[in-house]
Amino acid sequence: MARLEEGLSVGVVAGEALAGIDEASDARGRGALARLPWIPTLIIVALVVAAAGAPLIAPHSPTEQSLPDKLLPPAWQEGGNAKYLLGTDVLGRDVLSRLLYGARVSLTVAAAALLAGGAVGLAVGILSGYVGGRIDSVLMRIVDATLTFPTILIALLLAVSLGQGLRTMVLAIALILWARFARIVRGEVLTVKGRDFVALAQVRGCSHARIMGVHILPNVMNTFMVLLSLHIGFVILVEASLSFLGAGIPPPTPSWGQMVSDGRSHIASAWWLSFPPGVAILLIVLAFNLFGDWLRDWLDPRLRQQV
Amino acid sequence: MLLLVILALIVFALARVTGNPADLLLREDATQEDRAHLLKALGLDRPTHEQLLVFLGGALRGDLGQSIRYRKPAVEVFFERLPNTLTLVPLALFGAVVMAIPLGMSAAVYRGTLLDRAANAVAVLGIATPSFWLGIVLIYVFSITLGWLPSARMGSPAHYVLPAITLGAFLVAGMTRLVRSSVLEVLDSEFVKLARLKGVSEVTVLWKHCLRNAMIPVVTLFGVFFALLVTGAIVTETVFAWPGVGRLTYEAVIFRDYPLLQAIILLKAVIVLGVNLAVDILYAYLDPRVRYA
Amino acid sequence: MTGPGAAGEVVLELRDLHAHLSTRWGVVRAVDGVSLTLREGETLGLVGESGCGKTMTALSILRLLPRPAGRIVRGQILLEGEDLTAKSAREMRRVRGRRIAMILQDPQTSLNPVFTIGNQLVEAFRVHLVEGLRALRRRAEEALRQVRVAAPAQRLRDYPHQMSGGMKQRVVGAIAIAGSPRVLIADEPTTALDVTIQLQYLTLLREIQARTRLAMLFITHDFGIVARMCDRVAVMYAGRIVESGPMRDLFAAPRHPYTQALMAAVPKMGARPERLVAIDGQPPALQRLPPGCRFAERCRYTDDRCRREYPPTFTVGPAHEAACWRVEPSAPRP
Repeated sequence: MARLEEGLSVGVVAGEALAGIDEASDARGRGALARLPWIPTLIIVALVVAAAGAPLIAPHSPTEQSLPDKLLPPAWQEGGNAKYLLGTDVLGRDVLSRLLYGARVSLTVAAAALLAGGAVGLAVGILSGYVGGRIDSVLMRIVDATLTFPTILIALLLAVSLGQGLRTMVLAIALILWARFARIVRGEVLTVKGRDFVALAQVRGCSHARIMGVHILPNVMNTFMVLLSLHIGFVILVEASLSFLGAGIPPPTPSWGQMVSDGRSHIASAWWLSFPPGVAILLIVLAFNLFGDWLRDWLDPRLRQQV
Repeated sequence: MLLLVILALIVFALARVTGNPADLLLREDATQEDRAHLLKALGLDRPTHEQLLVFLGGALRGDLGQSIRYRKPAVEVFFERLPNTLTLVPLALFGAVVMAIPLGMSAAVYRGTLLDRAANAVAVLGIATPSFWLGIVLIYVFSITLGWLPSARMGSPAHYVLPAITLGAFLVAGMTRLVRSSVLEVLDSEFVKLARLKGVSEVTVLWKHCLRNAMIPVVTLFGVFFALLVTGAIVTETVFAWPGVGRLTYEAVIFRDYPLLQAIILLKAVIVLGVNLAVDILYAYLDPRVRYA
Repeated sequence: MTGPGAAGEVVLELRDLHAHLSTRWGVVRAVDGVSLTLREGETLGLVGESGCGKTMTALSILRLLPRPAGRIVRGQILLEGEDLTAKSAREMRRVRGRRIAMILQDPQTSLNPVFTIGNQLVEAFRVHLVEGLRALRRRAEEALRQVRVAAPAQRLRDYPHQMSGGMKQRVVGAIAIAGSPRVLIADEPTTALDVTIQLQYLTLLREIQARTRLAMLFITHDFGIVARMCDRVAVMYAGRIVESGPMRDLFAAPRHPYTQALMAAVPKMGARPERLVAIDGQPPALQRLPPGCRFAERCRYTDDRCRREYPPTFTVGPAHEAACWRVEPSAPRP
């Protein structure tokens, strides 16, 4: 019996000595750049071009009214006019031009809000994750509180109080965005913080600020980039919803959400007022989401769990 | 609890920030005197910190002030409309779950096939579609063109259909993806392998062993989903002229009825917290590991 | 301490089995021409390092290779004369559990965490028997008793996380024999258990085998367990069997250099402390196999022929075979 028990424990040791090394499986299989998702990318490019080049591309001014031409259907329908490809609205304004100019609004708000909210979120996330302790707890509590707040509501409140306009909208969205970013960046920072090179830097006597800026920051950039791209769609949707509810950029500047809202009362007779802006929103958000997914997969499949 | 207090403070501050309702309620030719009079009636002439104390004191007693627009206690206005939303939201949630489970499971089981791709496409579209636009399109197709379903306000069960679909649409999308990835993960686990080794039929493996485990992450998010729906209702109710709390919120903002607004935000928060609690209980039922912790 | 009596007729036979896995790095030939026989009442040990194909062989027998990547490409699996590779999915389902059962390695994950033990045991019985719930529960209780779980009636109501690892593994054992199978495949069943529990579990398995005369395929990388449990041993390397024979003969006179190296790596108690012997190098990647002997890179006797041609299987003793070019003259022993 003793011999067999000996045999067992020896066997265990032997087993350990032999336990094979894993097969070479380090390849992460990063897709080549050629695998860029072409359709979403093209749509995004088209958007940017439309937004930037609206003054050049648009056949009319978006605010130019022409009452005798009001409520004309799109050019291919009966009663349509080639001058107004997508028809006109109740004030005789060209839908297509308004659509193109609306792209500017969406993009501008998205860019500004993401920049502002993103920067703050990134900073807070890094600070909170790196410093830890009390500051971390307090900051995360604030983040939690902010996250429980319904997005639209805050935006509505602010829009109505500070007056409608670009600045208010950007502020409102940024206020919600930073919390989301902060939370995820913090998680990433916690992982990075545990890595050896950070400990080495501390041992070498680097200041905390330097560590955060030089060591931690570049390593969370991947996550940050993915977060940015994934949230563009969200921001555009929020902006559109707010405009729809009448709390966005005030007229006469065209914005897609508002165009949908305006067209609502004429939905039965003039579908071309509400339909195209909605489709535009759909396509853009879709394109950005798909692009963001691709970016995330390309940069780090690991993120799939978190985000 | 702390969260609620913070919430109350923030709500109070924000509501104040939204400008003075007096200006809206007054007629064009109102004099300064009229204005002062109105402010006094509304209690808005007192210093801010006094207003805050009044508010907090009242809140503890269940009195959240008087709605300026309706001239009734805000709480009353809220609860009048609440049932309308509370019938819509769970319906949307339930509908979403009912759709997401089969879609997500099929996508996982038939991974890589056309079905999976299609389900994913639906999910991706659902997330990208603006709900207000979807509502309008649905109204156009089903109400105006086909005349099958009513387009506004409440009434018969038929009135629920379009708003529920609109509200739940983006939720279905997210949930399908979640179910899919969750099922995929569970399908890989050892106990599923063991179940197959036992000779259990594939159907049982899926619907008994797999589903129960896969639903756990979905259920944990029910609280979040509920909250999302409640906010989403603001837009949906506006589109469908639904007399619920969502539209009430919108109106309160537009008309600067801040007692009402404060009340709404706080009460909504309480409800959401309550639902989260219920979800925790449901979760413990689903996952016995949590029960004995 | 080997088999409880003479081994009986052949119950399971693998004939030149090939199973491939399609991965993104190429086609992995996980099981690359494996032949073995299993007799009633006998325990065959399948030994080898991680990744050599032992588990894949087991999964192939049960036709449970990961889909859609895995598939059997050649060979036969004869269970009591019937070829399992020719069976439909439905037929295989009837085979699993009832005629061939398997115990997995990690008891922590083998059981579904959201259902009670009783539920899962009853399910195992229900697959093969048509009986009422009460009768099934009684069987479940009896099964627990047979695997020496105390207070079986109460245990039926427990959830997996309320049990220790050893107890869970016994439940897994009970589930396995619920259908009264002819063959039991045990894939490293004690690796995840405490050493003290391991012995008990192995004794239990031997008992069950003695009682039911089932044939056991015991997969392990632990020679101590092999010594305790197995009547015959097959050593596997890079998807193929390189040596097989009666346990005693293999231990006394291993003929394949790999087997010898494995034996040499086992530290000897009582000997003077020396450096532990390990085998240099790694097994070849299974999607890029060399044309010759796969152990050639790590073998100390390699010559040109070894690298060029894969050696045939030579008989080196009664029921003892090895696939090595150097087997004709006696290989030197450490």
